[in-house]
Amino acid sequence: MTTLARSPLQSGRTTPHAIAPGFDVEEVRADFPILHQQAHGHPLVYLDNAATSQKPKAVINAIVRYYEGYNANIHRGVHYLSERATAEYEAARKTVQAFLNAARAAEIIFVRGTTEAINLVAQTYGRVNVGPGDEVLITAMEHHSNIVPWQLLCAEKEAKLQVAPINDRGELILEEFEKLLAPRTKIVAVGHVSNALGTVNPIATIVKLAHRQNIPVLVDGAQAVPRMPVDVQQLDCDFYTFSGHKAYGPTGIGVLYGKLPLLEAMPPYQGGGEMISSVSFEKTVYNKVPHKFEAGTPDISGPIGLRAAIEYLNRLGMDNIAKYEHELLTYATQEVSAVPGVRLIGTAKEKAGVLSFVMDGVHPHDIGTILDQEGIAIRTGHHCAQPVMTRFGIDATARASFGLYNTTEEIDALVRALEKVREVFA
Amino acid sequence: MPELRDLYQELILEHSRAPRNYRELKSPDHKAEGYNPLCGDRFTVFVQMDGNSIRDVTFQGSGCAISKASASMMTQSLKGKTRAEAEELFERFHKVVTGQAGNGNQPDLGKLAVFSGVSEFPTRVKCATLAWHTLQAALEGKQDAVSTE
Repeated sequence: MTTLARSPLQSGRTTPHAIAPGFDVEEVRADFPILHQQAHGHPLVYLDNAATSQKPKAVINAIVRYYEGYNANIHRGVHYLSERATAEYEAARKTVQAFLNAARAAEIIFVRGTTEAINLVAQTYGRVNVGPGDEVLITAMEHHSNIVPWQLLCAEKEAKLQVAPINDRGELILEEFEKLLAPRTKIVAVGHVSNALGTVNPIATIVKLAHRQNIPVLVDGAQAVPRMPVDVQQLDCDFYTFSGHKAYGPTGIGVLYGKLPLLEAMPPYQGGGEMISSVSFEKTVYNKVPHKFEAGTPDISGPIGLRAAIEYLNRLGMDNIAKYEHELLTYATQEVSAVPGVRLIGTAKEKAGVLSFVMDGVHPHDIGTILDQEGIAIRTGHHCAQPVMTRFGIDATARASFGLYNTTEEIDALVRALEKVREVFA
Repeated sequence: MPELRDLYQELILEHSRAPRNYRELKSPDHKAEGYNPLCGDRFTVFVQMDGNSIRDVTFQGSGCAISKASASMMTQSLKGKTRAEAEELFERFHKVVTGQAGNGNQPDLGKLAVFSGVSEFPTRVKCATLAWHTLQAALEGKQDAVSTE
């Protein structure tokens, strides 16, 4: 194992060590081959986890094992390889089911990612249940992927997209949200954790409020699943979506969870093979859920890699990960906000994983370039959440987002690099 | 390895802090908005013509240091130039910031040569050329633009 080059901590600064019992970050780092390299002559500090996470060796190996050992099409073949591939694919569904604590494996549909999951619900559940004059309710902190699919639906159905406002800390104003729940509201779509602000939304409360009026709730869990335990039965949400690649799994695979009666009542999303029971030119009988929503040969290596990622997360324990990342975020918040000229965007009481900020007199893009020269990867821009930028009267932010392999030393490196930004622009 | 100071030259930082010709033209002959969705840079370029020559060119908007300094220095270098000269200057500028100029064959860019360091930072080429693309769009919109004079 190559260890991360350490730099001496500034005197008088205390860093939280041994944050979560049984969670050794150096051991964790050893599981991620990509982390042990230099970027522009400095140890790589990867703080762009909200964009995508790195993959542990276990995930990479699982995908290699599939392609080297049992690549075959699933649900079709009568041969050895196909049976094995089918069994692994369906085992992955069960792993996801247990991970989200879904009641049944059939409630887990494999899709390409969160974006596809939301589009699927908008184009199936939405097209059947939303009509002229109806409303879809979202929040002002949504990612574009939880805005645009609903705009498309509303444009087609002459329905209205309602947006619940957020306060200056970046928190949903629950009273306003509640006021917007109306008899015409046909679905609520809300992010669990905001990718631009880090805000954790009170999903269980939101679901209760909506269910009081029999309105189903879809949750965009892309930023939550890698960061905290998620129990869909406890949340009682009707749909939950996430992407594998943000949860230490491969790209190209995501999950739509839906309550079985809803999924059964929904029309198919795409037509093709696998999603049918029988086809004639007169009549086609659709396959059962979840296969009804998985037309065509799917990404088979995707669920297999995702399963390895979930097993990896389970070994570490989602509670431990949440605790560790919370400590990291608290430390980063304290250190970064102490840099002169820095203003945090998104200061909700409940936050996870994301630190968005702006700096007096320096555009985020320039911050990003200077940090990159120091080996530090962050994201700059609008983070696919332009309405959030508009809400805060800015064009862009710099965003550091944390993963389970980040360290307080890396946050110190970030702070030193921000001092360098100040030097360049002094 | 690219050096930060090659990118953030003093002249660039100075222009980004105090951009020249940073104002709206009341009745421009040409006007266009340029937007870089990657980083949120957004500029409007205004052009006043005198026959075939650029009498005045100004800009407004927000963006990173590179895009703002580039817009500022572009406006300085274009006054009095004909359209063809402006096009030709953009072509040379583009070659330099994308590293296509080649060694020992640096096109004469005058002060704009300060942007040659951009070629070492491919993700910043769009920042350096945003104002120029916007200017091009403004000038090309001539046929459709309603003359205010």
